[in-house]
Amino acid sequence: MTQKPPSLFDWHIVRPAIGNSFRKLDPRLMAKNPVMFVTMVGAALTTVAAFAALTDRGFIIQLAVWLWFTVLFANFAEAVAEGRGKAQADSLRKARKETVARRLRNSREEKVPATDLVKGDLVVCEANDVIPADGEVVEGIASVDEAAITGESAPVIRESGGDRSAVTGGTRVISDRIVIRITMERGHGFLDRMIAMVEGAKRQKTPNEIALTILLSALTIIFMLVCVTLRPFGIYSHTSFSIPVLVALLVCLIPTTIGGLLSAIGISGIDRLIRRNVMATSGRAVEAAGDVDVLLLDKTGTITLGNRMATAFVPAPKVQPEQLADAAQLASLADETPEGRSIVVLAKQQFALRGREVAQAHAKFVPFTAQTRMSGVDFPAVDGQPARTIRKGAVDAIRIHVDRLGGQFPPAVSASVEEISRAGGTPLVVAEGREVLGVVQLKDVVKGGIRERFAHLRKMGIKTIMITGDNPLTAAAIAAEAGVDDFMAQATPEAKLKRIREEQANGHLVAMTGDGTNDAPALAQADVGVAMNTGTQAAREAGNMVDLDSNPTKLIDIVEIGKQMLITRGSLTTFSIANDVAKYFAIIPAMLMATFPGIAPLNIMRLHSPTSAILSAVIFNALIIVALIPLALRGVAYKPIGALAMLQRNLLIYGLGGILVPFIGIKLIDLVISALKLA
Amino acid sequence: MNNLFSETRAAVLATLILAIVCCGLYPLVVFGIAQAVFPNKANGSLIVDKNGVVRGSRLIGQQFSGQRYFHSRPSAAGKGYDAANSGGSNLGPTSRALAIVIKDRVAAYRKENGLKATDSVPADAVTASGSGLDPDISVRNAQIQAARVAKARGMSLQEVLKLVRANTDEPDLGFLGEPGVNVLELNLALDGVTTGEN
Amino acid sequence: MQTSGWLQLAAYIAALLAITKPMGLYLMRVLDAERKTWLDPVLKPLERVTYRVLGVKPDREQDWKQYTLAMLLFSLVSCLFTYAILRLQRYLPLNPQHFGPMSPDLAFNTAVSFTTNTNWQNYGGESTLSYFSQMVGLTLHNFVSAAVGIALAAALVRGIARHSARTLGNFWVDLVRITYYLLLPICLGFAVFLVSQGMIQNFKPYTKARLLRPYTVSVEKKAANGAALLGADGKPVMEEQTIKEQTIAQGPVASQVAIKMLGTNGGGFMNANAAHPFENPTPLSNLVQMLSIFVIGSGLTYYLGRTVKNQKHGWAVWSVMTTLFLAGVLLAWWAEAKGNPIHQRLGVAAAGGNMEGKEVRFGIFNSALFATITTDASCGAVNSMHDSFTPLGGFVPLFNIQLGEIIFGGVGAGLYGMIVFVVLAVFIAGLMVGRTPEYLGKKILAYDVKMAMLALLVLCFSILGFAAWAAVSKWGLAGLNNAGPHGLSEILYAFSSGAGNNGSAFAGLSGNTPWYNTTIGLSMLIGRFLMIIPIMALAGSLGQKKVSPASAGSFPVSGGTFVVLLLGTVLLIGALNFLPVLALGPIVEHFLMFQGKLF
Repeated sequence: MTQKPPSLFDWHIVRPAIGNSFRKLDPRLMAKNPVMFVTMVGAALTTVAAFAALTDRGFIIQLAVWLWFTVLFANFAEAVAEGRGKAQADSLRKARKETVARRLRNSREEKVPATDLVKGDLVVCEANDVIPADGEVVEGIASVDEAAITGESAPVIRESGGDRSAVTGGTRVISDRIVIRITMERGHGFLDRMIAMVEGAKRQKTPNEIALTILLSALTIIFMLVCVTLRPFGIYSHTSFSIPVLVALLVCLIPTTIGGLLSAIGISGIDRLIRRNVMATSGRAVEAAGDVDVLLLDKTGTITLGNRMATAFVPAPKVQPEQLADAAQLASLADETPEGRSIVVLAKQQFALRGREVAQAHAKFVPFTAQTRMSGVDFPAVDGQPARTIRKGAVDAIRIHVDRLGGQFPPAVSASVEEISRAGGTPLVVAEGREVLGVVQLKDVVKGGIRERFAHLRKMGIKTIMITGDNPLTAAAIAAEAGVDDFMAQATPEAKLKRIREEQANGHLVAMTGDGTNDAPALAQADVGVAMNTGTQAAREAGNMVDLDSNPTKLIDIVEIGKQMLITRGSLTTFSIANDVAKYFAIIPAMLMATFPGIAPLNIMRLHSPTSAILSAVIFNALIIVALIPLALRGVAYKPIGALAMLQRNLLIYGLGGILVPFIGIKLIDLVISALKLA
Repeated sequence: MNNLFSETRAAVLATLILAIVCCGLYPLVVFGIAQAVFPNKANGSLIVDKNGVVRGSRLIGQQFSGQRYFHSRPSAAGKGYDAANSGGSNLGPTSRALAIVIKDRVAAYRKENGLKATDSVPADAVTASGSGLDPDISVRNAQIQAARVAKARGMSLQEVLKLVRANTDEPDLGFLGEPGVNVLELNLALDGVTTGEN
Repeated sequence: MQTSGWLQLAAYIAALLAITKPMGLYLMRVLDAERKTWLDPVLKPLERVTYRVLGVKPDREQDWKQYTLAMLLFSLVSCLFTYAILRLQRYLPLNPQHFGPMSPDLAFNTAVSFTTNTNWQNYGGESTLSYFSQMVGLTLHNFVSAAVGIALAAALVRGIARHSARTLGNFWVDLVRITYYLLLPICLGFAVFLVSQGMIQNFKPYTKARLLRPYTVSVEKKAANGAALLGADGKPVMEEQTIKEQTIAQGPVASQVAIKMLGTNGGGFMNANAAHPFENPTPLSNLVQMLSIFVIGSGLTYYLGRTVKNQKHGWAVWSVMTTLFLAGVLLAWWAEAKGNPIHQRLGVAAAGGNMEGKEVRFGIFNSALFATITTDASCGAVNSMHDSFTPLGGFVPLFNIQLGEIIFGGVGAGLYGMIVFVVLAVFIAGLMVGRTPEYLGKKILAYDVKMAMLALLVLCFSILGFAAWAAVSKWGLAGLNNAGPHGLSEILYAFSSGAGNNGSAFAGLSGNTPWYNTTIGLSMLIGRFLMIIPIMALAGSLGQKKVSPASAGSFPVSGGTFVVLLLGTVLLIGALNFLPVLALGPIVEHFLMFQGKLF
């Protein structure tokens, strides 16, 4: 489920953001952003100059005001992004009202505040208790309402031992009783980390952000040098450049646009993930998502709709279809898996065979185990009925089973098996005693639209690998139908881990989803490991993201969000640097006009006067930050059109646009301020 | 430390060995080939009269004055055409000093060659060359001077122009560079100094 | 802008294009010691002996720090070697004119100048230096500073091409092989060709020629002690002097000029450099000299493409260089052909263009072309006096140097300078394809950006810092030959040329003062070595990276889009910094010239 973002300038977010813009003027905070720090120092110098000025005071005051605005606008952008994240976090936090935990100590229950829990504590939760902290169910089964974090109202089952043992602090038990071992101390859970991150307390710069900050700082140093040396060059030329004018030039040249918006872009990237109910442990993980070029996707749930369904009974020669259907149904009656249920339903639909209450027949159910890879039912000989042994399972398992009983595996059945496999179906062979009755065809249903999505990914240079436990034949058929680039059949967790390592050795960055404990090594190895919220605690710890909706398809969204964040950064950097051209044409002629009136032709924008030209450039420089806040928060549109096409598109918009827009903007501002007689 | 020592030793030895190869062997080989194959050119394309006296180099311009000679371009090499002290004026486009000398040179050129005050003067005739040793003048410059020289020497204009043509270097390969008239060779020809190569 | 000019331009570019691939392929052989060349029978024994003397194991590769250290040590030792020769030339052979020692500051400046491949000349060659000083002290650096540049470029390219690798090659092997297999053989043929055009190659004392007609000049009268005599009015007393002879400088010019051009050194044998008829006798020698400036730089782009297994990338870099080159040529040609309106008002024919400081045999076009080429590369040889160019004509060489001489550039230096811009272009625009920026599959991270920007900062600092200092100091202003904006251009050009290791000058500036000798010397050292260190660090970092395989999502580093992107980066990041000061120099002067203002 995706949550609707608040409107870009929601008053509840904007009002505190305005206050925060001023609070962020604290030099200790400003120093983290060299570009804006220099701007602030420039604004301060200009303010001092305004007091000292004997002439042009009005102009210098206006300059100072707009320079302060430049800093404030940048702070505002960051504050708004934080505010939006905070709003999201607040709603998460509501889920974590102070709760009283029922801690088990020496088999006795005691009530302690949830804040006192430490890792390893056992707590009891019964219906209507709020789970006090993240943990793992060690005893019992319960339905849990996770709406607080997922927004999904349908309760989910959490039980000990399986892959659905993890519970999240703040969710509520609806029925039954479970004992939970606390795995995470308060303040370290996913939710806590997430809140800390959007609130900025624990926000660390990502590698790319650091690199970009270095670039921007270096450019700032270069332009400072340019402006500082202009004074002696001016002295040579008998031109005196005043400090406010040099500051104006400096602030216009240094990349304030991207410098002011950089952190907002990062925060809003994480914010977009949260809205899609994905929790990331770090901004680094979000950035890595953009770089991913191999996706390991579980077939089930991602590529195909949920589970396989029985679609046909193919009897062995001389076996009646009803007989096969009857045996298959009997063998599946106790099988609560979706496949098992679909067999019961199919038999009922096709042959009007009703599910019987087999418990009365003293039937003994044989569950599926990894060793036998079969399930079935045994009926003792009662009431003159002979004993029956019905098994269903994978073809090779049944073959061994029948061989052991001295039976024959009919070639016709082998043929049917292969035919079904080739068509992408899963054959389930049914045998009674040593006689093979036939095959049940189970089929996967590929999700609509998934093929197109993979084609888009391919255009972006992302390889998709389908992971399935199916045999190679079946896997190949589904892979072809879904349009993935590659598949791993009969995949074991070890094979997954190996595959990830291979891809990484070849220079790829790999993303995967997983939920089981045995997925944990692979999740940890992957560059982006998205754990399902329904998964085990081990899995959730191993990955660097958790999808609260437990929707494996979301991996694709995550990659797109990562890309979008990088694209936004790059586009605004390009725009910011390209802006300098127009600013030069505004400011340089204005600076030289007094001494060398002959350079008037350089004033190609025909700006009204030197002061109006300089002021216009500074005002444009400040306003463009505000104008771009929505883009920074929303992100530059991401289109899966291939790297070259995307580069061309963005270069045209933000590169060429970055050169042209300020010419128009500065001219318009100049018209306004000269009309208002401000300069 | 050991590494630093061995690398420094390599640096010293590399300097020496490369100096021997690049600065000893190489120029001597070039010298040998040049002197064997192009002796005149390798020694400065010198022009020697029949008495064995060196009169100049066909590549290096000389200063000429008086009505009877073609004049070379103004020169900033030493006191003018100092072939041991080459160089240009290095005066810039907005230099007052340059504007003044150009004004004077234009007036002098017009006067010498009987041009009207409105006639424009060939650019090369009033500007100093980069080397200060430019052996050439432009064809247009030579044509203007030809009338004066012919008059001073009592020759027909046609005769002088013929000599001008004979001493004009056409562009290399027909399109490289500009045609130029070699002033020293032209004046030698006018004076009838018979020359040869040494 | 006449047809003949267009023809010559087309011929030049066609020749350059034709020679690029063969040069690139040959570079592959030279720079990979495993490969064979057809010169092996002659040079292999010499190469082996050299390694043995140096005590170098040729198959032992070095990491970036060892490589850089070896390079720095070699540069230091060879610089001291030349300093000693310049100071001691009086006691050394081949000094037929009996020149005395250079002053310490001038010797420092000159030794540094040649070591750094700058070849800035604060001295007049034919009036200061013995043949030995020229041939050994200076020519050595013409070879080895060029070889060092190419070696560094090769190390960087190896860094790009290799992955998960610690080493970048062996400096000594690169130095020796480049000198023996690349520079020496080409120079040998080139020098002989130059002699065939009239360039001199001898060890004779200067020749005295008897003038056809002696003439008189007025010179300052000197007292017995050599000081100028002053009259009652304080002005020097003049006397008439009759000149009967012309002294013609001689020397082993051709062998030195060949490497001076091929190695983009540019230090002339004669003061007037390639304007001097003995250093550039004919338009054909001029054309071949211009080609030789670009040939290695151009070949290196092919080498880059070939080595990183992306030939289109090599050609994309070539195209960017050629585009910038063409833009410069056309602007300079146009400005020079249009001429100077001030002089035209005085009666100079407009058709001739601006001939001040230019040779008739080369004319406007070849002078503008040469000026552009010599500053695109860090050559610095001149066949006309840049100081006397029109403001926009002079703007082109100045701007070319300030871009960092990345348009083919100094041998090697041009390529590694351009790769800095490639890294920055990839970093800025690479984000726009939605990935951490990648250059040929290698992620560009904070360290790489830091090193690339450091290289830019160094250039910017040493140009603007020194120039600003000189512009307001007594020593700076004392050296000026021109006043007004043009004077500022002279200062700016001097430090740009120094820091950019170009060596050409707005030569009116009297740089031979202790202050200028020292400051320009420092700017050359900073511009060369402080620039190289971050670039080698970048090479080391790139070499260690893993490579992500190319896919549809990879950042394209070839094709038109990349060319435009790289052009934009070079102009926006590399050039905008200098715009304000250029506005005070050539740009203002341009407008003032049209107003007829004189200084």
